[in-house]
Amino acid sequence: MKENTFGKRLLKIAVYAMLVFWALVVLFPFYWMLLTSIKSYGSYNAEFIPKFFTLSPTFENYVSAFSAVPLAKYFLNTVIFTVATTALMLVIAIPSAYAFARLEFKGKNLLFLSFLALMMIPTELVVITNFTTVTNLEMRNTFGGLILPSAASVFYIYLLKENFEQVPNELYLAAKVDGTTDFKYLMKVLVPICRPTVVTVTILKVIECWNSYVWPRLITDDPAFYLVSNGIQEIRENGFGRENIPAMMAAVVVISLPLIVLFLIFRNKIMAGVARGGTKG
Amino acid sequence: MKNNNLKAWLYLLPAILFLGAFMVYPLIDVFIYSFEEGYNSASQTFFGTGIYNYQYILRDPYFLQAVKNTFILVIITVPVSTGLSLLISVALASIEKLRRLFQTVYFLPYVTNTLAVGLVFMILFKKTAYTDGMVNLLINLFGGQSVDFIDGPYWAKMLVLCIYTVWIVMPFKILILTSALASVNQNYYDAARVDGTTRWRMFTRITLPMISPTVFYLIITGFIGAFKAYSDAVALFGTDLNAAKMNTIVGYVYDMLYGTGGGFPSYASAAAIVLFVIVLTITCINLLISKKHVHY
Repeated sequence: MKENTFGKRLLKIAVYAMLVFWALVVLFPFYWMLLTSIKSYGSYNAEFIPKFFTLSPTFENYVSAFSAVPLAKYFLNTVIFTVATTALMLVIAIPSAYAFARLEFKGKNLLFLSFLALMMIPTELVVITNFTTVTNLEMRNTFGGLILPSAASVFYIYLLKENFEQVPNELYLAAKVDGTTDFKYLMKVLVPICRPTVVTVTILKVIECWNSYVWPRLITDDPAFYLVSNGIQEIRENGFGRENIPAMMAAVVVISLPLIVLFLIFRNKIMAGVARGGTKG
Repeated sequence: MKNNNLKAWLYLLPAILFLGAFMVYPLIDVFIYSFEEGYNSASQTFFGTGIYNYQYILRDPYFLQAVKNTFILVIITVPVSTGLSLLISVALASIEKLRRLFQTVYFLPYVTNTLAVGLVFMILFKKTAYTDGMVNLLINLFGGQSVDFIDGPYWAKMLVLCIYTVWIVMPFKILILTSALASVNQNYYDAARVDGTTRWRMFTRITLPMISPTVFYLIITGFIGAFKAYSDAVALFGTDLNAAKMNTIVGYVYDMLYGTGGGFPSYASAAAIVLFVIVLTITCINLLISKKHVHY
């Protein structure tokens, strides 16, 4: 019996050791970028063996991240892109989710099935034509070109539709008796009731927009329209003159921070939303 | 009823317009592109139809390199990340203290910008004139030689790409597996415990069969995701992936479309369709295997 508890304890220690080890693997890159970003250019390059801490933290890298490269501009562009795309996505997704969940019409099932089938289509396949379309419309290096093809998403329509369907029918019928229009019912009753899902969908889309790289890269070659992902790539390849890694890391911290803060606030919503069928990318 | 019909279509109109313009039409168009020979994007003309675009990319050394890289990446990262996340999720399920904290930490890479954090990995692995880098320091500590992981030998670059890919995909897998483990009915374990079953036997006879559908789901999405790898490679090796010999199939598609050496939507389409066929085939094979081995 005693041996058994000893073995159990050993197993427990091994389990915790492994969990702590993986936590370190996950956190170390974050620690390293934060640490490097507050080392001065001189002291960073003087360390042949990098130090794990610094005694003379400096914010000069953050200053040069905003002054030497147009990081603020990239940041602003990304905020505009993210807000506009997410808003447009909601405008598209909420009414169609409502139509699938509440309204009866001919060809509903067939249309819904074809929507689901579209979920299987990899974006790589449609990007080529979209690139040509946007180029032909002369919308390269415009927010329109960035936003319009990124707005529609079947997955979010599907998530909202599932949630709308859970709201009892009686509410709808009662609203109808009171003479409420469908649109008013949707905006005043359904959306408020389903707020958690609407919020989840919004956050997931914000994360997706903030991190999007491929489409913005194809459609913008004017740095005035770069988003943060392209900006960081630009900084890496042409920014800061000599390889100023501390300043580069300061830019990385600035870019990563908004999403990490968002995640810490909406931790449960984000994780539940992703678990329901989101994938990376 | 007729009124209702009209109203429903009105509600659906924005979605249909956007999906039609940016998904359905491009989907049809990409197949057409891939069979148009000598397409010129400036004049929008082409001089024939046929399979020349496919023949061209299948002979292009850059494409073959990209296919090779992608396959190596898939074959290494999918089993490693699935196995590792299974191990961590089971460990996570067996503890109570600090569980939420661990879960939060493990999920962090999901919400980070792939390009930005890729730079951190780059400086951790990169060997420069000033420093050998963090990872080489560790290697030296264990008596190994420093390697330049970013501009050095092929295997070293591939190793970094695999490590970064695993780091990026783990949060999703851990999250899905943790919720699958939590939903296994506790009665099974209680019954097994009464019978004096060992932990290992409980794991292989109860846990694993119960979560096998989830594991297969993760393997399939893992395959699809890894075949579409691209931005992780850009983050580590820069935009000129062909020069670094680190291109992926998706990277080849985009390089053909735009950038240095771009402007060939037909070749890009053919490559994208080849990728689509590979992914589809592997998904079908996976589904066939899972029918035999997944227990519900």
